[in-house]
Parts: sequence; structure tokens; C-alpha cells
Amino acid sequence: MNPGDSLRILPEIILTLTGVLVMLIDASLPPGWPRRGLGWVAALGTTVALWSSLWQLSLPVGTGFYGTVETSPFTVFFHVLICGIVLVALLLALDTLPEDSHHQGEYYALVVFGAVGMCLLTSAIELLVVFIALEISSISTYVLAGYRKHTGRGPEAAIKYFLLGSFATAFLLYGIALIFGATGSTQIYEIAHALAPMPNVPNLPLVLASLCLMLVGILFKVSAAPFHVWTPDVYEGAPSPVVALLSTAPKAAAFALLLRVLYEEFPTLHSIWVPVLWIVAVLSMTVGNLAALRQQNVKRMLAYSSIAHAGYLLAAFAGLGASGVAAACFYIAAYAAMNVGIFAVVTLVSGYDEKLPLVRDFRGLIYRSPALGSLLIFFLISLIGIPFTGGFFGKFYSFSAAVGGGAVWLAVIGLLNSGLASAYYLRLAFASAQRPAEEIANAPVHSTPMGIAVAAALLFAAAATLILGIVPDKILHASEAAAHTLRPPSEVQVTPPITANARPNP
Amino acid sequence: MNDSILTLILLAPLAGAVLVTLLPDRGKLPAWIALLTSLITFVFTLHLPVHFVHGQSGFQFEIDRLWIENPAIHYHVGIDGLSLWMVVLVGLLAIAGVVASWNAIKERRKTFYSLFLVQQTAMYGVFISLDLMVYYGFWELSLVPMAILIAMYGRKDGPKAATKFFLFTFIPSAPLLVAILWLYEKTGTFDFAQLQMYVASGALPVAPLYWVALAFLFAFAVKVPIFPLHGWLADTFNEAPVAMAMVVAGKLGLYSMLRFHVGLFPVQARHIAPVMIALAGIGILYGACLALVQRDFWRLLAFAALGHLSLIVLGIYGFTFTGWDGAIYQILNNELIDAALFVLFGALELRYLTSQIAAYGGLAGKVPQTATLFVIASLAMIGLPMLNGFVGEFLILSSTFSGVSRGWAIVATLGVILSAAYMLWLIQRLFYGPESVLATSKPATDLYFGELAILWPFAVLMLVMGIAPTAWITIIETRSGPPSLKTSVPSTQAGQSAALSEGSQP
Repeated sequence: MNPGDSLRILPEIILTLTGVLVMLIDASLPPGWPRRGLGWVAALGTTVALWSSLWQLSLPVGTGFYGTVETSPFTVFFHVLICGIVLVALLLALDTLPEDSHHQGEYYALVVFGAVGMCLLTSAIELLVVFIALEISSISTYVLAGYRKHTGRGPEAAIKYFLLGSFATAFLLYGIALIFGATGSTQIYEIAHALAPMPNVPNLPLVLASLCLMLVGILFKVSAAPFHVWTPDVYEGAPSPVVALLSTAPKAAAFALLLRVLYEEFPTLHSIWVPVLWIVAVLSMTVGNLAALRQQNVKRMLAYSSIAHAGYLLAAFAGLGASGVAAACFYIAAYAAMNVGIFAVVTLVSGYDEKLPLVRDFRGLIYRSPALGSLLIFFLISLIGIPFTGGFFGKFYSFSAAVGGGAVWLAVIGLLNSGLASAYYLRLAFASAQRPAEEIANAPVHSTPMGIAVAAALLFAAAATLILGIVPDKILHASEAAAHTLRPPSEVQVTPPITANARPNP
Repeated sequence: MNDSILTLILLAPLAGAVLVTLLPDRGKLPAWIALLTSLITFVFTLHLPVHFVHGQSGFQFEIDRLWIENPAIHYHVGIDGLSLWMVVLVGLLAIAGVVASWNAIKERRKTFYSLFLVQQTAMYGVFISLDLMVYYGFWELSLVPMAILIAMYGRKDGPKAATKFFLFTFIPSAPLLVAILWLYEKTGTFDFAQLQMYVASGALPVAPLYWVALAFLFAFAVKVPIFPLHGWLADTFNEAPVAMAMVVAGKLGLYSMLRFHVGLFPVQARHIAPVMIALAGIGILYGACLALVQRDFWRLLAFAALGHLSLIVLGIYGFTFTGWDGAIYQILNNELIDAALFVLFGALELRYLTSQIAAYGGLAGKVPQTATLFVIASLAMIGLPMLNGFVGEFLILSSTFSGVSRGWAIVATLGVILSAAYMLWLIQRLFYGPESVLATSKPATDLYFGELAILWPFAVLMLVMGIAPTAWITIIETRSGPPSLKTSVPSTQAGQSAALSEGSQP
């Protein structure tokens, strides 16, 4: 280990220190004191972490800590994305968590600790570190999911998430064990190197079993069908500000892991995992959309919609090499921006206690609160995939990658699905555009007052969605740069990682 | 000026929309801003016919800038004789739209007028875009304000009609996007002129190209609409605010057919022309027959529109130059007449609060100006010589008779006669006969100044366009239209092509 190594995990270090600081202050404040300031501390720390990961671009691409973590445009892309999401989620929580809420300090600390795990997950290139990072992020999200202890739904969501989640993680761990058995290593580049001799991959049955097990574990985390059943229940039970985080950041990290595993660890098995993901993509979009059509609860509807979006994203994996990866990266960013945004709006409309959870409760929203109504419709339009919003370019790149990879039917199915999906998004959008029924129009206006933090969060999400839709160039370049750091092993002239800790720059 | 005029036209309504959004929703302020914006934009559009160079092939007022590098999307706009009058028409109808909404829209004016102006930008964008992706973007964008406004201001069940409208037009655009992506994949460009060359060169595989052309056609046919894809039309006319309903059908789809189906895939379009001619013939009769039996004047107008739009489709797919001239001219006539009728129906409904034809009767004495203008517009619609409707219908019918098929020409003529029947009967039921309870009980207010100020110029325009059509048609003929009619046609179509080549030449 050399002293420069710690720079390679600088954002994680900053986030950890922030979390610890928040916990310490929380413990030393006398009970009853307002703890809202802790949220600002956490937000500040996250901002610093975001800048530090941008700064990491100036580091040479390479690995640290004996080849267990890496910094590259790929990791920076996801670090910035995850820190951004976490920042918005923190700002959102600042204004929507009830002031007298139990354990406010812990809430902020848990969010930040979760961010540590997610960030580490995207930069780890050693499967055991991957596993540890996944656990760090999972444990804090399990706790956050059950944060509304006084309702029946909260603990139910947490238990379901925890049981199914740990089960899925076990699959991943088993996969890691098998690949270690097959290749004698848990470092991703070494595994790729060992699997390189095509078509005579050594220990093929073991490797295939390992691939399947790891896919199960990761696809659970991204809530792709058929591993999606936990999603609606957890989203419904968890508080909305948590869902804003839960439906985006851990998914972004899990997709990063999926990209890494498929494109760097198993590129030689390309011909095997592409059809598998083809099926999973079609299944996810179709199941997600068909189920969402029938939902009356807004959060359940959005949960199924997020399953469908995982499907659209997986379509990009049918693309060839770098174009598929770039499309997937872009889609994750676009999806995160609009999904965080819409859950922020839902939080403000329904309130922390969710007195108004149903689609019909949103009727006349644009009359009651023009700003929230317009934003809701804007984010829904982006989720539908109308041009000049991030959602459009996300779908566009994803499906053009699929068409480029020869999967024309996947693109057709995906686009027809997005037509189908517009039906339920529109139900919500039109309900909020519709003139309110008389009794609602005359009822006293109930809405969470919009503070400066939540206004900033909404502005941030809306601006990101719009920018991704009008000038997607910058993000696209970033995702292409990210894509080019993931390379098939034929190009990777590896290199025992213990002695060399810098990979050649592409 | 010539370089930036199209950009100005595109951005002026958007700027107006932003201004409406920023200013407070007080009284008629948003309406005044919208009126001013529409007037200014209309003046901008008049710059085009003044500075248009007659007889110059290719596009004029062109701008071609790189917008997004990968995929190579250019901000490429330009107009020719086909699109020039469409752009002017959009400008003119925007003014009519504001006038029609002046008294009809009483609440949430800010939302209404900002979305109304965004809609204008989207429509300008459709007509001037020469990059397929930019075109697609505006095409989709034009759905959104329309659907939201239908949901917000629907007369009975806005959300239902809005959803129907949105799904009908959004789902067919999924295959359209895949088709565009496929073209890009094969050629590496979205540019209209380049794609035209690629397609004409025969370098692209034939069988998929057939499906690509069909995907284009399908999306446009729904938007026109063409029998049997007209399911959304009557509900939309019935529910949409007048200003929106007058632009929803017709020109976008018909223009796109001429430019991007007949213009881009002449061979494939000619293959499918017999089917389109048959559907158009059915549509003419079907629309006219249904218009005869409607009890509600919005629905009557919807089916009348179906009939008249089908006639234009007949002109397009007859593959004769005269037919195309007539079709383009008739698009202008039809939109102008429909807009006048929409304003008049809207005025009637605003005063008498019903759209049931049976409730009216004997209004001519009460509201003489309305009656006069209504008769003029109806006669123009029927195709009375000296008025504009006659010229377009005559060109289409005569070219069909001599160049395509006598049978279908007779069917179409029958439709024209039927349209005279339902319009004259409608006039008789609304304005003449014994005075109804409605006419006697409600205080009669004739048209307001604003309505007169837009309708009389429309009436004069109908007369001028009927007497001196050459002023318009010389520009229409300066179009970079479909490649020569002598394009080789596969031998299976020999009989068809023999019939077609008899068509009148310019």
C-alpha cells in the first residue's frame, strides 16, 4: 500500500467522517434540542464528497489498496451521481421529516453511511470488497425502509426488504465463492484474464453457475423481474423521502456493479448473458407496466414503474460494447434525476404521514398548488419519455444501443411498452390537471409548506431532467468516458494487481 | 435575417410562454401576452413568403448546426414550397386560437396560455425540421400541451378524452422511432436530404425498408386521421378547448405524409398507394354519412373533418403533380375553414351553453353576423366555386378522375355532395326555421369585436384564395417534393404504374 491509495477512496472517507460526525453530534446534543442542523451537516459533507470525486478525475486511472479499488471516469461518474442523489434526498428530508421526529440525527447518518457503501460498490474491483460495500449500503437502507415504526406498513416493509435482500445477497456470495473455485481469484481483472481463452473457458459449468448466481443477486438489487416482488411493498411502506433515495441511488450502484461484472468479469460469456438479459428486460418492462396499470396507490404505481424502467435500462445491455455501457450509464443518470424528482413531489403532496396516497387524491393538484402540479406533470412527462426531457434521451440511447446490437425486436417491445406505460403516468398527470371536485376545491388547502431546502431539491432534480433532455452532450461524454474505462479482457494486459497498481490509460 | 428567421419563429412563442409563466395570473394579462406573441410571430412568418425565392430548388432559410455529437443530431431547419404556407398557417391560426379562447377560458389562464404557446412552438418545429430526430422531438412535444389542456378544460370527461388522444398518437410513434433509429443505424445520418438520397440509391435492404416506410405511414395516418384510425377524433373535438381542437387534426399528419412518407419512400409509398386510396375513399363516404346523423355539432364537425381530410389523402396518394398541388392547397383551405367554424361554434356554445344541434333554431334574426359568417365558411367547405374550398377539391378530384381511378373519383365526388347536404342542413337547423326556446329565452349577443376582427379577414381570405389561387400555388410548386414520377417501379406493379403515368405532368 502506498500513501496515495487513500486518495482513491477520498469520497468514501469524507462521507464516513461526515456520518460519524453527525452521529457524534447527535449523541452529544441534549434530548429535545432541534436536530435539523444535522441534516445541513450531512448535506455539506455530501457536497464535499461530490467535489472530491470530481477532483479524482485528475488522478491517473488506476487501482489502489492492492488492486481492490479503482478510480476511473467510470467510478467518478457513479460517485457524482450517487452523491447528487443523496444530496437531493437529504435536502428533501430536511423539510419533510417531522420536527419532533424520533431519531432525526440517525436518519441523516444512515443516509450518509448508505452512500459510503454505494460509492464503494462502484469503485470496488475485488469481489469481496464488492460484497462488503453491498452490505454497508443494504444495512442502512433496510433500517431506513422501516423508519415509520408507528405504522404497520413500515416494519413490514423493512422485514420484507431485509429477508429477501439478505437471501439475494447470499446468492451473490455463493456466486463469488464458485468463481473463486473456478479461477482461483476474486479480483475482477484476474478472473477475466483466467476466463479469456475462448472458446475453451476453464471450468465452464462452475463459471456458468457462478454467473447465474451473481446475476440473481444483482438483479434483485435493481428490482428487475422476476426478482421484483419486494419493490411495491417496500416502496409503499417506506417513507417517501427514503423511497426517493431507495429507488435511485442503490439501483445506480447495483447497475454499476452489473456493468462491471458483465463487461469486465464475464465479457467472454457475452453470447450467454445477452439473451438472458434480453429476456429479463422484456419481462421487467412488461410485468412492471402491466401491474402499474392497475395500481391506485401512487407509490405502488411508481414502484412498478421503476421495475419497468429497470427493463428499459437492461435493453441497453444488448448493445455492442462501449455503446451499450454508455447508454446504460446515461439512462441511470436520467432515471435518477426524474425519479428523485417525482418522489420529492409525492412527498410534498402526500406528506410524511401519507394522508393522501391515492391517485384520486391528486385530483386538482395543479389548481391547489400550481408549482407542485406543474412539476409533477413535468416529471411524469419525462418518465413517459417525451422529447426535450431526460427520460427521452435515456430511452433513446438505450434503444438505439439495442438496435445497434441487432436487437430490433427488443427496441420495438420496449417502445410499445413505453406507450403502454404512458397510460398510467397520464392517469396521474391528468388527475392532477383536472378541475378539482367541488368538496376538495372548497376544503382548506392542505400542503406541506415548501422550505428552501426542498425547493432547492426540486429545482436540482427538475434542472437535471431538463438539461439531460436539451443538452445531453456533457453527460453523454462523461458516460462515454466511463464506458471506455470498462474494457473487454482482450485489451486488458493484466498484470498481477498486487505488484502493479496502475492500469494503462486507454 | 434570412438565416435566423426560422429560429426566431420557433423561439418567439416559447419566449411568450416563459413570459406568461413568470408574470402573475391577473385578469386577462396572460391572454394579452399570448395575443401579442402570436401577432409578432405571425408577422415573422410573413417574412417567409416575401423573401422566398421562386423556382429555387432545395430548401431555403436553412440553418444546419450540430446539436448533439453522438448520435449526430443537427439543428437543421429550412422550408420549401410544401412547408412555407404551413408555417404561415400556424401563425394565423394562433391568433384565431387566442381570440377563440378570449372569453371561453375563464380560469387558470396562465397555465392555458403558456401551454398554448408551447404548442405553437412544437407545431412550427414539426414544419421546419429537416433532421429526423428534431422533427420527431417536436412531433412528440406537440402531444403534451394538447393532452394536458384537454384534460384540464374538457367539457365532460377531459382526462378520458385526453388519454385516448395521447395513446392513439403516442403508441404509433414507437414504431416510428424504431424506424428512424434503424435508418440511422444503416446510414449514420438523421438528415432528411441525405436520407432521401440513401433511400433513392437503393443501397438499403429492401424488405426492412418496406416496414420502415410502413411505420412512418402508420404514425402519420393516426394523426391525420385516416379511416379506421379515427377513434380519437370525435372525443377530442368534443372535449378540447376550441383553440386546441382547431389545430389537432389534419395538417401535421398530412404534411408529414407528403414530406416523410411520399417524399422519403416514394417506391414504398406507391406500393401502398392503392390501399391508401381505398381507405381515403371509405373515409370520405364514412365521414360524410356519420356527419349527417350527428346530434352534437362538435361531433358533426369531427366527422366532416374526417371526410375532408380523407379527400386530401386521396390527392396525396394519387401520385400526380396536380393532385399534390391540390392536396397541399386543400390543407390550407381546410384548416382555414375549420378554424373559422371552430371559432363560430365556440361562440355559439359560449352564448347558448349547449352543443346539441336540436336545441338551436331560428338564430339568424338574433345573431345575423354569426349567421352570415357561418354561411360563408360552410359554402367554402362545401366547395362552392369562387371560394377556396372549390379550387383544392377540383384539383384533387380532376387529377383522381384522369390520373388514378374514375371509380374513386366518383366516390369522392359523392362525398362532396354529401358534405353539401349535411352542412346546408346544419345551417338550416341552427339559423333558420322557427325560433327555438333557446333563441328566445337567452339574450342574443352577436360576435364580439375580437371574433369579428379575425373572422372577416378569414372570410375575405377564403374569397381571395378562391379567386386567385395561383399566388399560393406558384410557391407550393417550388418544393423539393418527391423525386420524379418516373422512378422505376417493380414489375409487379406494372399495371398500377401504367395507370399512374397517365397522371398529369407539371
